[in-house]
Amino acid sequence: MLGAADAALVAASRNMDASQTMIETKTVLEARGIGKTVKSGDRDLVILRDIDLAVTQGEAVAVVGASGSGKSTLLAILAGLDQPSTGTVHLDGAELGALDEDARAALRGRAVGFVFQSFQLLPALTALENVMLPLEIAAVSGAEAAARAVLERVGLGERLQHYPKHLSGGEQQRVALARAFVVQPKLLLADEPTGSLDAESGAGVIKLIFDMNREAGTTLVMVTHDETLAQRCARVVRLAAGRIVV
Amino acid sequence: MDRNPGILATLKLAGRMLARDWRAGELRVLAAALVVAVASVTSVAFFADRVSQALVRDAHQLLGADLVMVSDHSWDPAMRAAIAERGLREAEAWNFISMVRSSAAPQTKDEAPRSQLAGVKAVSAAYPLRGRLRTAPALGAPDAPAAEGPARGTVWIEERLVSALGAPVGTRLRLGRGEFTVAAVLTLEPERSANFFNIAPRLMMHLDDVAATGLVQPGSRVRYYLYAAGGRDALAGFEAWAAKRLARGQRIDTLENGRPNVRASLDRAQRFLGLTALLAAVLAGVAVALGTRRFVERHLDGVAVMRCLGTPQGRLLALFAAEFSILGLAACALGSALGFAAQGVIAGTLADLLRAELPPPTLLPALRGFLVGLVLLLGFALPPLVQLKNVPALRVMRREAGTPKASAAATYAIGLGLLAGLLVWQAGDVQLGLTIVGGFAGAVVLYALVAWAALALLSSGSVARRIGARSPALRYGLANLRRHARSNAIQVASLALGLTAVLLLSFTRNDLVDAWRRAAPPDAPNRFVLGIQRDQLAAVKAFFSERDITVPDLYPMVRGRLTAVNGAAVKSEAYEGERAKRLVERAFNLSYADTLPSHNRLAAGRWWTRDTGDAQELSVEEGIAKTLGWKLGDTLTFTVGSDAFTARVTSLRRLRWDSMKVNFFVMAPPRLLEDYAASFITAFRLPDGHEQAMNALAARFPNLTVVDVGAAVRQAQAVIDQLITAVQFVFLFALGAGVLVLYSALVATEDERRREAALMRVVGASRRHVTGSQRVEFLAMGVLAGALATTGAAVLGQLLARRVFELDLPPSVMLIVVGPLAGVLLLSLNAWLSSRKVLRASPALALREET
Ligand SMILES: Nc1ncnc2c1ncn2[C@@H]1O[C@H](COP(=O)(O)OP(=O)(O)O)[C@@H](O)[C@H]1O
Ligand SMILES: [Mg+2]
Repeated sequence: MLGAADAALVAASRNMDASQTMIETKTVLEARGIGKTVKSGDRDLVILRDIDLAVTQGEAVAVVGASGSGKSTLLAILAGLDQPSTGTVHLDGAELGALDEDARAALRGRAVGFVFQSFQLLPALTALENVMLPLEIAAVSGAEAAARAVLERVGLGERLQHYPKHLSGGEQQRVALARAFVVQPKLLLADEPTGSLDAESGAGVIKLIFDMNREAGTTLVMVTHDETLAQRCARVVRLAAGRIVV
Repeated sequence: MDRNPGILATLKLAGRMLARDWRAGELRVLAAALVVAVASVTSVAFFADRVSQALVRDAHQLLGADLVMVSDHSWDPAMRAAIAERGLREAEAWNFISMVRSSAAPQTKDEAPRSQLAGVKAVSAAYPLRGRLRTAPALGAPDAPAAEGPARGTVWIEERLVSALGAPVGTRLRLGRGEFTVAAVLTLEPERSANFFNIAPRLMMHLDDVAATGLVQPGSRVRYYLYAAGGRDALAGFEAWAAKRLARGQRIDTLENGRPNVRASLDRAQRFLGLTALLAAVLAGVAVALGTRRFVERHLDGVAVMRCLGTPQGRLLALFAAEFSILGLAACALGSALGFAAQGVIAGTLADLLRAELPPPTLLPALRGFLVGLVLLLGFALPPLVQLKNVPALRVMRREAGTPKASAAATYAIGLGLLAGLLVWQAGDVQLGLTIVGGFAGAVVLYALVAWAALALLSSGSVARRIGARSPALRYGLANLRRHARSNAIQVASLALGLTAVLLLSFTRNDLVDAWRRAAPPDAPNRFVLGIQRDQLAAVKAFFSERDITVPDLYPMVRGRLTAVNGAAVKSEAYEGERAKRLVERAFNLSYADTLPSHNRLAAGRWWTRDTGDAQELSVEEGIAKTLGWKLGDTLTFTVGSDAFTARVTSLRRLRWDSMKVNFFVMAPPRLLEDYAASFITAFRLPDGHEQAMNALAARFPNLTVVDVGAAVRQAQAVIDQLITAVQFVFLFALGAGVLVLYSALVATEDERRREAALMRVVGASRRHVTGSQRVEFLAMGVLAGALATTGAAVLGQLLARRVFELDLPPSVMLIVVGPLAGVLLLSLNAWLSSRKVLRASPALALREET
């Protein structure tokens, strides 16, 4: 369901030339006319079609839909991990299609945090090192202190030197969360963050996501198929067969 | 945040990544491979460097010094003083011919006191400055190096002088007005081993005793030798200084190529060492490539996350390149240090053999080792590593995205090319280096193709149905083979490669070493007899058979002077190098035969046959042809007595100098030489305890010259034994590299197999089923790898033996039995270990570790 405010924003942004001068806009993420088609054998498979979505600063948006409805594909496109077949994505004032892969990576590193269903921790690194990694990549000083602080925040202050394989799923996801927040991103993208977790640890992770989101004023786009979880977000976008349904 | 961090930040992070990967055990095999390669290349390079320097010196030992000056009148004391002033050691010798008489009373009335012309050498106490004299306490007794020259009042004489004079150790000899006690039998004199033909038997005495003999008077024909030895710079300085002050009849002697027997063995050892180092380096390259591939596979997910976290491609590449460079530099440094230590051990083993202390090692070999290490890293780690930068960030969401393709062989072409270049530099032999690298690359491709074809055939539908009907494990195993055809073929090829190396180094090496030992067997000739006349042939043969000594081959020898090459008159000044000049100045010993002597090998051209071909043909030794610039088809003119003949070089022969057999530089068909006056020469083995027979021979045929080369033979054997010990050491490196390749090849598919096994168990396969099907797969691969490796090792062994070491290698039964067995055992062991790993962990855990 597209609210009136959103419609106005979309209209406003259409009137602006989408240049860097509009950085002060409150829209952090804007997707227009997103379509995704892949070749499957000798016929084309349409995964997404004609998706419009705008997310304002500090907003929490849930993307829900049945398995296979295209949620992950959409998230990947929003993050610039994948390219849409049609349409444009503006992230933090920059048009992703106009950037090369490295520039998109730089943009992600600066502005986006990720949480995945499968955690995606580096198995050879301890919890602390996993969280330090994005800061190290950016060559930020004080990486270790910052990482410790965030790990304390997610309740893993005692598990700093543990390797992922010695942590439970919930703990691993909290490490992933700490890694996402340690760079103080503008936008947090989460793809079924509780999908691999039992109800209890899932609830813990969700609480942390919302708490930290609020504390840091981060914008959140969360993919889930959990309706109750979705209802905790300010806005719910429904996907079915690659379209937004109202 | 700064998105473009400086070099220092990149290095810092790379260092941290290295520490983490190291901790995770990802890099150990890779580092070990580098260390082994660098260590082996460095040690061999260090060694070769020092030995080649030492060989130059060793040639000097033939002179008894680093520098020898000869004069036909006595040396100015100022010259001697100049040697001492420069901190060089100095010795002196006078050579002259004199009659020696036995002081013993004749045993019968009409027997005249025995006398013999001897080549007297009177030496100062310091002689020889390089090398050692060897003496025996009695005829036939074992000899030993002598600490110093003969003491005053005593003389040392050669075996043939003992025979000729009937003067064993302890008897008294008269020399001029003096009388001396025979204190020892002289068995080896450094200056003589090169050329023992046509020299009167040696008598060695103390220089200070010469005055007492009264033999050296003004006008006597005496050669005065002055020897110097010491530091290279001081020597060069002295040589330059002295060269300007030489009077008429004085010269400075140098000798370029000494001790052909030791040299031949050393050459062979150096080739052995060089090859082994090459092998180790190439194997290490394979291990590095396999290790990096595994590293890359295990880092795909992590790299996707790093991309996702905002790492630009370039920086990612820089980070991994830096990580590997730090690792590479550390491994190279360690390898160089290890190589240095190893060459110390090798040099220690050979210290005796090379007699003079080895010159200190230079830094160049370490540099070479370093370069080889870096080339291995760049050439074999970079191609797979570069793929990491292409891993899409999307992989964090879709695991199948961005799985890199197995690097095509082409991506390694640059690495192989660079390596080949370096190895050629290292081996100093273009053909050898290219053969090794090319052969190796060819073998990899061939192995992979054969393995792929065999696996495809084995797992093809009809075969699989037929064999697989009986057991599901068999069916699944074969199905797995088919499904993994490509990666299995690569794995089999790598395994076969590692196994080839290990087999080659364990079995073939032993056979080669044995063949090498046989090159100078304990029954090698220890006596030469020269000067047998044509009409004495029958009597000499009879002499041998009467005493149950195998009648040796007698070779005719015609002395001729080289007067023209391709019609142009020969002038020694036109030749480059001391050896070439000396060779053309001296008379050649020409021989003739219908058949190629069994200890010679044809290197080029064709040997003549009795009926075909024209008589005007010559066969020339390869080495001398090279020294003198002769080629096939050149015509040589020799003058024999007052006649001359011209003939064309139609073949080149390769001789085995360490065989101690009779060898000739130039040979001709009988028709060409048979009419000239010839004497005959032979070499034979005088059994221990038959030394008296030589006295009888000398008594019966006074014109014969018998030369004892027993000491030289024993020396050649000692040389070979020591070299073999030294060489074995370097094999350990190559063996290590081979084992690393085996290990890397085995673990290459471990992750994938473990994941599959876990999945099979998730869907309900029993443990027996899982291990059973894996066993089938491994067994087939083991048989294949074993068979390929056995064939490879056998072929390579033959090639090496024939082409490089000029040895005959009988086919090894052990190899044929053990090779395939080793392949099967290795993979069975691996199947057992990997199934234990898979089964110990619960499937859930196994799967979880994968995510
Ligand atoms: N690269 C691709 N090639 C083929 N099919 C794809 C590809 N990416 C996604 N799909 C298909 O598109 C659909 C949507 O996938 P996805 O976005 O992962 O769904 P969700 O996350 O909502 O479960 C699925 O049917 C999936 O199989
Ligand atoms: Mg999904």
